[in-house]
Amino acid sequence: MSISREDIEKVAVLARIRVDEAQISALESDLGNILNLVDQLSAADTSNVEPLAHPLDAVQRLRADEVTETNQREAFQAIAPATEDGLYLVPRVIE
Amino acid sequence: MQWDIVIGLEIHVQLATKTKIFSGSSTAFGAEPNTQASAVDLAMPGTLPVPNEQAFRYAVMFGLAVNAEIGRRSVFDRKNYFYPDLPKGYQTTQLDHPIIGPGFVDIDLADGSSKRVRIHHAHLEEDAGKSLHEDFHGMTGIDLNRAGTPLIEVVTEPDMNSAEEAVAFARKLHSLVTSLGICDGDMSQGSLRFDVNISLKPKGSEELGTRTETKNLNSFRFMEQAIAHEVERQMDILEDGGRVIQETRLYNGERNESRSMRSKEEANDYRYFPCPDLLPVVIDDAFIQSARDLLPELPDERKARFREQYGLNNYDARLLSEDASMAAFFEETASHGKDAKLAANWVLGEFSARLNAEDKTVTQAPITGAQLGQLVARIADNTVSSSGAKKVFEALWKGDGDNADAIIEARGLKQVSDTGALEQMVDEVLAGMPDQVAQYQRETDPKKQKKMLGGFMGPLMKASKGQGNPKLFNEILLKKLNN
Repeated sequence: MSISREDIEKVAVLARIRVDEAQISALESDLGNILNLVDQLSAADTSNVEPLAHPLDAVQRLRADEVTETNQREAFQAIAPATEDGLYLVPRVIE
Repeated sequence: MQWDIVIGLEIHVQLATKTKIFSGSSTAFGAEPNTQASAVDLAMPGTLPVPNEQAFRYAVMFGLAVNAEIGRRSVFDRKNYFYPDLPKGYQTTQLDHPIIGPGFVDIDLADGSSKRVRIHHAHLEEDAGKSLHEDFHGMTGIDLNRAGTPLIEVVTEPDMNSAEEAVAFARKLHSLVTSLGICDGDMSQGSLRFDVNISLKPKGSEELGTRTETKNLNSFRFMEQAIAHEVERQMDILEDGGRVIQETRLYNGERNESRSMRSKEEANDYRYFPCPDLLPVVIDDAFIQSARDLLPELPDERKARFREQYGLNNYDARLLSEDASMAAFFEETASHGKDAKLAANWVLGEFSARLNAEDKTVTQAPITGAQLGQLVARIADNTVSSSGAKKVFEALWKGDGDNADAIIEARGLKQVSDTGALEQMVDEVLAGMPDQVAQYQRETDPKKQKKMLGGFMGPLMKASKGQGNPKLFNEILLKKLNN
């Protein structure tokens, strides 16, 4: 299966990855190969197989509803590029 | 052209757990920004989520309350999108295997009929943080205290056909989650958020039209207005031969207008996939039974009991049973008030009007059910007239005295029901108004007579300093005048 230029551009936008013109041809063949692999897997008959939600054959353990975390804001904000009044600052989001 | 309105709702219910869905951070409201955002909530590398058992218990309680199938094996998925208040770059949610399967809720309508609204499913997910768009030197501030707060998202079938039905459903859902105690129900703080999907189709047509989703409805009143507004907008477009675009619209309640938020046609591609950090959650019979054991009396059961136990009509019983704190207040009033019907009238009348006027919830009321109940008891046993009772109520509300008996005593509001004393007052008043008495006795039209009777009441109430029992005054007057 092949992947189109438009699909690559769209996926790049969704993943917020900048892809230059020059990289697209290489990606076309790399991603195409990956999709070929998926096609091979799809050829297997799975009509009697339960879809797998997780590779581990185990169930999730749950946690009691008790506060165990303490305020570590100072430590976290020490590595943030910009903070003010306890808030993390990010480039302006325009809705 | 005639149109059918088709409405489905998506409701986000913030669960009243102590901690977040995947971390042990507190969810307490009103903390300083980012002081309740742990490494897990911030999506620091190397952290792993561990689900909160209570969130599942609450979800199961909700499922049982809406007659739904419980998902014995539920799976978390990642919904991928980028936004600064979502540090992980995906929301952990449930797509194909939600915790709650199909169910239903019955709603009461104004015309006395009821209608069944089907629930498609409800799933557990995490809330995002908050973006503060005030100007921080041209930047946006992010508070992640809310990030990871557990939500259940309830999705209905498109079973509602008017704003009235949608609002009735929303109120019922509010009543359910607050009665269950799984959500504080505070819509103004976003604890319960309703998104409304609306489409129109030619009357009788089977095929659904293109729908829009309206968000940001933080009160029932705005919800009703927003639906009317959106129906009209779509109708205008369709009748002009236009096409409704599938999009999300943001409603502004203050201005009663909406604007497009983002077009869904430009493919919201969330690239869902099962979350590798979380194993499937298996719910067994014992867990479901333990959740069932925690179920309190639900609004429908409570309504039936109110009708039975207190002899209330369906309308009063419904209004009093919808909200758990209102119901508890009424029961406290009734238990002290001797007369349940009178207690219901006061709770739904004076008390509710006062709450609305001051924009307060029942729990914020400055008086208790016991205080109101004591007043109701004094009305029931004729100690105080209903106009006197309003003064007592006012004093209780303002905190000028903390019990009805003391206020009645202190303000001399005690109604005189001693017939001997009242008869004497009537004699005195009639003696001073011979012309009116003669006029009354000449009159043959009972209607006019009745009106003239009122002319004696004023002086009588004055003579008794407003304390005479009006009903007894009336009886004595009639007896004397018709002699």
